[in-house]
Amino acid sequence: MFDTLTDRFDAIFTRLRGRGRLGDAEVAEVLREIRVALLEADVNLAVVRDLIEAIRVRCTGAELAKHLTPAQQVIKVVNEELTATLGGEALKISYASKPPTVVLLAGLQGSGKTTASAKLARWFRQQGRHPYLIGADLQRPAAVEQLRVLGAEIGVGVFSEPTDPVSVARGGLAEAQRLGRDVVIVDTAGRLAIDRELMDEVRRVSQALRPNYTFFVVDAMTGQDAVQTAEAFHQALQLDGIILTKVDGDARGGAALSVKQVVGRPIAFLSTGERIADFETFHPDRLASRILGMGDVLSLIEKAEREYDEEVTGQALERLQTGTFTLDDFLDQLRQLKKMGPLTGLLSLMPGVPREVRDAKVDDRDVGKIEAIICSMTPLERTDPTVLDGSRRLRIAHGSGTSTTEVNNLLRQFKEMKKMMRGIGPMAKLVGGGRPGNPSKSSKGSRKKVKGGRVTPSSRGLGPTR
Amino acid sequence: MTLVIVLIAVAAVLLVSGGVVVGTRSRRRAPALPRTGAPRPGAPRPPTSPPTSPPVMAATEPETSSTPETQTARPVLRDRLGRARGLLAGYFDQVRGRGGIDEATFEELEEALILADVGVSTTTRVLGDLRDKLRDGALSVTDPPALLQALQDDLASMFEGDVESLAYADGDGPTVWLFVGVNGVGKTTTIGKLALRETRAGRGVVLAAGDTFRAAAGEQLESWAERAGARIVRGSDGADPSSVIFDAVQHAASRGAGLVLADTAGRLHTKVNLMDELRKVRRVAERPPGQLTEVLLVLDATTGQNGVVQARQFTEAVGVTGIVLTKLDGTAKGGVVLAIRSELGLPIKLVGVGEGPADLVVFDPVEFVSALFG
Repeated sequence: MFDTLTDRFDAIFTRLRGRGRLGDAEVAEVLREIRVALLEADVNLAVVRDLIEAIRVRCTGAELAKHLTPAQQVIKVVNEELTATLGGEALKISYASKPPTVVLLAGLQGSGKTTASAKLARWFRQQGRHPYLIGADLQRPAAVEQLRVLGAEIGVGVFSEPTDPVSVARGGLAEAQRLGRDVVIVDTAGRLAIDRELMDEVRRVSQALRPNYTFFVVDAMTGQDAVQTAEAFHQALQLDGIILTKVDGDARGGAALSVKQVVGRPIAFLSTGERIADFETFHPDRLASRILGMGDVLSLIEKAEREYDEEVTGQALERLQTGTFTLDDFLDQLRQLKKMGPLTGLLSLMPGVPREVRDAKVDDRDVGKIEAIICSMTPLERTDPTVLDGSRRLRIAHGSGTSTTEVNNLLRQFKEMKKMMRGIGPMAKLVGGGRPGNPSKSSKGSRKKVKGGRVTPSSRGLGPTR
Repeated sequence: MTLVIVLIAVAAVLLVSGGVVVGTRSRRRAPALPRTGAPRPGAPRPPTSPPTSPPVMAATEPETSSTPETQTARPVLRDRLGRARGLLAGYFDQVRGRGGIDEATFEELEEALILADVGVSTTTRVLGDLRDKLRDGALSVTDPPALLQALQDDLASMFEGDVESLAYADGDGPTVWLFVGVNGVGKTTTIGKLALRETRAGRGVVLAAGDTFRAAAGEQLESWAERAGARIVRGSDGADPSSVIFDAVQHAASRGAGLVLADTAGRLHTKVNLMDELRKVRRVAERPPGQLTEVLLVLDATTGQNGVVQARQFTEAVGVTGIVLTKLDGTAKGGVVLAIRSELGLPIKLVGVGEGPADLVVFDPVEFVSALFG
């Protein structure tokens, strides 16, 4: 679902990475692009405005670090803002001390309430509960029938009678208690937020049941209207969470952001497919970086934050950008990197790393070899590798217990890396050029392109995989 | 290999951790929530409007009848849409109230159109044209209301030349209309309402319950068939939808029924196998004696920009001939059809404005656009 939005951001950021520092004009341009990207993802205009404003304030703030690339700044800021918007923890269901725990589903027509009811019932059963379904949608022809069929499929009882929603709800609750069921899920008819009569009715159902949880079921493809609707339902029913349906499509999912923002309640579940099993709990904290397509860059940043010496890093980065990065700097960075744990783990957290690289087995002992080679060089050789003739290379190979081929390889790759960094600007394509490795979830759709496998020109320049 | 990876890693981590230095500033989150200021006047409406007032009834009358009906159809649409005034109306009132036309005017128009789900690119294009016309002198307006009118005219003119009526086959065989769309947009309901309209117009209607996937979809259609006095052909659950539609066409042909309304299961346009299934359904529906004259994409008015993608994918797969825009009686404006129209040229044929059988009306660009403007 979030892939297209991800792509969009990706394109923006790739372009950004190729730039030098950001002036006000650039910031404005970037913000415009982010705005368009968010709007095309159906994030509500008001939500977008808030987001953009918050990002603008931070991107133009006087206190921005001096030696950073625009991409880094913006990515970090946008990510934090998105996370803040989506924010919060995953919803934890706490069960009523006096069962049954009552769950009420409401939403517009066709948002997927009936299907979600059955899926939710199945989910509760998997949690070791004994759910019971109440079909209070007496509006749509055969809605109750649909619920009965689904209920039979998952082996959960369904209560309904052709009276009115409130008495069906009451009757169902009594029946659930009689049967000793501990979770009751109430499916209601779809209704428009402006339909006073029906909104009144669902409010009465809610008052009769006093649900422990009221979920707003919303289609992931919803546009700008999501906000108004969610607001109206929230006013009427005091929502506790959101169930986002039809997530397996290619909608950019902006509605999720909007609704979350308006209602201020977590997205609790995702309905991810047509089978009853296609239902999962939602982890808000994982979404922002998914929207941004950043792999799990956050964890990486956290790690780096813990382990990296800011001063040294800043200097090295600057030298890398200006092309004066030496083998000494490289050695420093390598050592810092080692503190962060095994390389393979790190790579998997990184966005934009081609799959063949990410999946490759890295022997951490090889890192030691690199270290040894550099350590066997004299200070002059480290700052100016051009002085390295055949005999020096042989000496280094002997000194580090490697072969001249290995020494040559290191030198050549190092040179290539430096050249590339200088040539295309700060790390431009390295991190951003590849398609972000989308975390496993996005591979759900039956037609997802394999993205991670693409090797971009830039990464090819660095990594001739042989 | 390892070397390369290490180099990448060093460089990448450097870059990433460089970002850390920027972002360590603590901040607080702006608490601002979007709100919709204007109240939403909405007259209460009976959940299912039974055959009610004459004008509403008239709206459902087929176009075969005389002109007065088609004229009464329009007020109905406006009336229905009018209830959802609110947010957007505020924007346009603001624009109208301005002294002159300036950059802020255009910004407000832009926001209003985006809030109506028209989409950024279509909005930009439409407003850009308007601006150009103002500059060239092709349009000489000085006050905001006139500008708004010009914009409305521009938008309505996007639908110029569209044929809104549904086509019937001219030969002997039964006409087949195929309904496609993603899940939950209202395909079955639309078919039910149309069945009612067409049987009232004296046509023999056969409903093909091609949604063999969703639980009780057949039952849902059946209750509509009863209401409309139409025949229905159903397959067993999970049956091949093409075969159900084939049977329905055969049945219609043998009984001399003139029209087959073919339901299909909702499917997301991203599911390759399901879209392939739909292609087959279309091929079968085309087979004589049936004549497929319409493939209607049913689109929920609440849909955002994904609607464009849906329209594109379904058009590629089964050659959509027109759009049925449902649920337009809510707060959603359905502006995405403008984007669809400008990108794919698909006409809008019908508009669903309520749950009652009478609440399916012929699309009227002028009404639609003016509703867009609150």
